[in-house]
Amino acid sequence: MLSKRIIPCLDVKDGRTVKGVNFVDLRDAGDPVELAAQYAQQGADELVFLDITATHERRKTMIEMVKSVARQLNIPFTIGGGITEIADAEALLNAGADKISINSAAVRRPELIEELAKAFGVQFVVVAVDTKYVDGRNMVHLNGGRLITELETESWIKQAEELGAGEILLTSMDHDGTKAGFDCDLLKKINDSINIPIIASGGAGSMEHFTEVFQKANVDAALAASVFHYGEILIPDLKQELSRNNIPVRI
Amino acid sequence: MNENTKNNSIGIINYGAGNIFSLTAALERQHIPYAMVNTEADLEKHSHIIIPGVGHAGAAMEKLQQTGLVAAIKSLKKPVLGICVGMQLLTAHSEEGDADLLNIAPVKTKLFDKTLGIKIPHMGWNNVNFANNPLFINVKPLAQFYFVHSYFIEYNPIFDIASVTYGNKFSAAIQKDNFFGVQFHPEKSGEAGEQLLKNFYNLRIS
Repeated sequence: MLSKRIIPCLDVKDGRTVKGVNFVDLRDAGDPVELAAQYAQQGADELVFLDITATHERRKTMIEMVKSVARQLNIPFTIGGGITEIADAEALLNAGADKISINSAAVRRPELIEELAKAFGVQFVVVAVDTKYVDGRNMVHLNGGRLITELETESWIKQAEELGAGEILLTSMDHDGTKAGFDCDLLKKINDSINIPIIASGGAGSMEHFTEVFQKANVDAALAASVFHYGEILIPDLKQELSRNNIPVRI
Repeated sequence: MNENTKNNSIGIINYGAGNIFSLTAALERQHIPYAMVNTEADLEKHSHIIIPGVGHAGAAMEKLQQTGLVAAIKSLKKPVLGICVGMQLLTAHSEEGDADLLNIAPVKTKLFDKTLGIKIPHMGWNNVNFANNPLFINVKPLAQFYFVHSYFIEYNPIFDIASVTYGNKFSAAIQKDNFFGVQFHPEKSGEAGEQLLKNFYNLRIS
């Protein structure tokens, strides 16, 4: 049976791991390569690295980090942040990344999804969507939730699937950083409307929240950052808890 | 020359179908020596051969043909392991690009049927039900391996050495004589995958 995946997310800036609370107020949580190896050891099924470096040295720094991670890690990992063209994606692929995640670049130029899928296969292309509830509608946001777009979340995700997205990473900006649980209603609605895997993100605070999102929304994977980085939830405990609730996991 | 007297190393067929950084990194972590195979002479230098592959099976077959190595690969008597699309190349035909393949194992590679209510691609960790086979020595029964694919190899008990269920039951691993194929990515499958790579490297075919 296909297991539900647990995915720690590492925000990386200048080669160091950070995690913001509501995407502001960054705190340093360690060396990404070391952290990645530790997560693999603990039983993480996959890792996501989001690069939030803004300098023009970003790409070079990131490629070096990706290579170091690929040398050490025996599980798959995704790289996101600052990917705007085929050349960025190709450099990451050649450095050993299994998937890339695109967000604002896809909103600005949706054909990028199609181009990446054609060049590297749909399995390589994760479309990350930040969503926020505004005036009764779920709207796609950019820049860590600061910039609203004209795109309605569900229709944008369907469009991304049609263009060749292999997976969706959906982050609820309303839930992110609250530790009050995932946005199960929205995740279920989106999940029921697409035929590609979906990763739930935003709001994980306890093990029950993971059980809830798998049971209620039947998502393929759940992603979290700070609860893992600060040891509030240990992955082996989480897997045992999910397994007790009859959710298929890799133990 | 007897297989056992050759230098033990893995030759990786270098035909440009996908990235192999993760595969070579996994071999390095297991201290398994390897080198790229570009010519027929290179094939002779190694005790074991891996055919990697990511992407489109039809396109991969065209690239493999361009190397001029197809006939030499088909006549190999040493252990050969096809990974993912590299495994699919061992079959007769793929629905991906309606392509004729190496036909080492006369089975077919088919597209997942989404009317079965499954998401495509099949992405993630799935339980592999393997038979008593040297490739799976010291792997826990029903261990999970990491899969990423939209096409699968039809289950055929003659060639199947491990099966997996996603929508329907299909082959996670096949064997025809000295040719092995795995649909999952051992280089991304944690300890189970590393064990499988070691097992392959330890295979001796007399």
